[in-house]
Amino acid sequence: MIEKILKKVEKLDDEIKKLEKTQTRETKDLVKSVYQSDEALESIEEEYESWDEHGKEIDKLKQMRNYFLKDCAELTPDEKVYLARHIERPHIDDFIEGLFTDFFEQKGDHLFDEDKSIYGGIARFHGIPVTVLGHRKGHTLEKNMEYNFGMPCPEGYRKALRLMNQAEKFGRPIITFIDTPGAYPGMEAEEHGQGEAIAVNLAKMSQFHVPVISVVTGEGNSGGALAIGVANRILMLENAVYSILSPEGFASILWKDSDRHKEACKLMKLTAADLLEAGVADEIVREPVGGAQRDYATVMSNLDKVLYKHLKELRAMSPTEIKNDRQLKYRKIG
Amino acid sequence: MVPLLNVAAFPIKVKKDLGENLLKKDKEPVFITCKSCGRRALKKDWQNNYYVCPVCGKYRSIGAYYRLSLVLDPGSFGELNADLKANDPNDFPEYKDKLLKQKQKTGLEEAAVTAVGKIGGHKVVVIVLDSRFFMGSMSSIVGEKVTRAVEYATQKHYPLIIFSASGGARMQEGIYSLMQMAKTAAAIEEFSAAGGLYISYLTHPTTGGVTASFASLGDITLAEPGALIGFAGPRVIEQTIHKKLPIGFQRSEYLESHGFVDMIVERSEMRSTLLKLIELHNK
Repeated sequence: MIEKILKKVEKLDDEIKKLEKTQTRETKDLVKSVYQSDEALESIEEEYESWDEHGKEIDKLKQMRNYFLKDCAELTPDEKVYLARHIERPHIDDFIEGLFTDFFEQKGDHLFDEDKSIYGGIARFHGIPVTVLGHRKGHTLEKNMEYNFGMPCPEGYRKALRLMNQAEKFGRPIITFIDTPGAYPGMEAEEHGQGEAIAVNLAKMSQFHVPVISVVTGEGNSGGALAIGVANRILMLENAVYSILSPEGFASILWKDSDRHKEACKLMKLTAADLLEAGVADEIVREPVGGAQRDYATVMSNLDKVLYKHLKELRAMSPTEIKNDRQLKYRKIG
Repeated sequence: MVPLLNVAAFPIKVKKDLGENLLKKDKEPVFITCKSCGRRALKKDWQNNYYVCPVCGKYRSIGAYYRLSLVLDPGSFGELNADLKANDPNDFPEYKDKLLKQKQKTGLEEAAVTAVGKIGGHKVVVIVLDSRFFMGSMSSIVGEKVTRAVEYATQKHYPLIIFSASGGARMQEGIYSLMQMAKTAAAIEEFSAAGGLYISYLTHPTTGGVTASFASLGDITLAEPGALIGFAGPRVIEQTIHKKLPIGFQRSEYLESHGFVDMIVERSEMRSTLLKLIELHNK
């Protein structure tokens, strides 16, 4: 359903944008012409009238948009999965640009390969040097193919661990962004020790003395998500989902039928609200109605506040307290 | 003090693991057919061969208590946290019924049995995952039992041995199952930081979340011959790469040649190998 609504809204958005563009151009033109000549004054009135009509039309369209968006206020789990995977949803590149300064990218695991499905480096957050990393997805098919749709191979996890080990060494907080369909189930990935790479990340992340905050921004599936997600605090965007497996995989394992994924979504308890209740997520970050892809600025400003609040709390703790706090979080589950 | 299982009950559980029907003794099978080669052999011969096919050498899965009886000194067995019972955190449809069936079928409360005992007189903590119970999948109670046993070993400075066998995560428990990976891995890392010896023993099949947590973190990694060991299952990989996987892919021997296993150990050598390793680590 949300797919249809968003398509309708998208059309309206385009219309509104088009009108708004012509409007500002005319306003500018109007002002210019006032200064240029007295003759223009006459035509101004005419143009002003049409400008006013524009305004009315824009208002009407906006009302229509809000009317459609009303239905997006309460979404079902499978609609959230749709939004979480939306190609225009903000991804790690956008978050780094929107929330951090002085970003310096670090590439490769320095052992074997550079895995482009993990992106990260050093940056400043509110002036504080931090290590930031996460799964990388693109806004186009080409980019997504280059980044393997955010599905890491063992080299990606080892690269992430390399960056995080440095953060531990230099006392930098670690902020990770989770957005992955899962670990890449390929032959080479197995040969190079997918299981070992994830296991080592889980073990080492449990020992860090620096604050670790993970933000689930899109879909967080399986060990591929957890491998960079052993954190003191787990924040989730409102429409993000976090689960043991993709709904398709879940349906395939349980019922041998991946087409029943919508049914699986209902049972899986994978929404941000479910995770908060389970004690896995610590706070939900609000998104604009209709999803994060509709308004990056609002998402960034909401996330910035929540992220900074948690980082401040964690930075007030001693290194041992930070480590114990993280271990306790997972020790309590189950 | 550790809540110990009634030691006298141990032989009964072992017998149950061996498929012996204690009530109707005369109905006990005399022959067992190998699932691999299809040949029949006397049950006695199977037993003498530790449930490895006397004809073709194919390994048969064995129950947790039976394995413990092969590894531990007689009379040294004490079960840890036997009272932890499987639960249903997500209120998942039909899950409770399925659990009940698994319990009736195997006589186990969960897919993991954790124990303290002795090998050649040395105190050890042994964890065994039992593939007969829900494919040895990681539920929150499996994670909890493993974590508690590891913590117990850390506290007592006993060596730790984990026999892994798992189809992966317990789907019905969702995110709780996933988080057990982080919990158990953290416990192993603490154990390791305290200087403890952890021998990870991989048996058929070790996959998914268990491979990607405690099973891959051993100081020494051993494997039973021919066991399937990997993260993603072969079917999922074939669907992804649209190719048939080579024969032997993700088997113990393959992992050994790719650098993830120290040694492949025959079941008949299991106890002696463990004893040798424990004694090599004695100061």
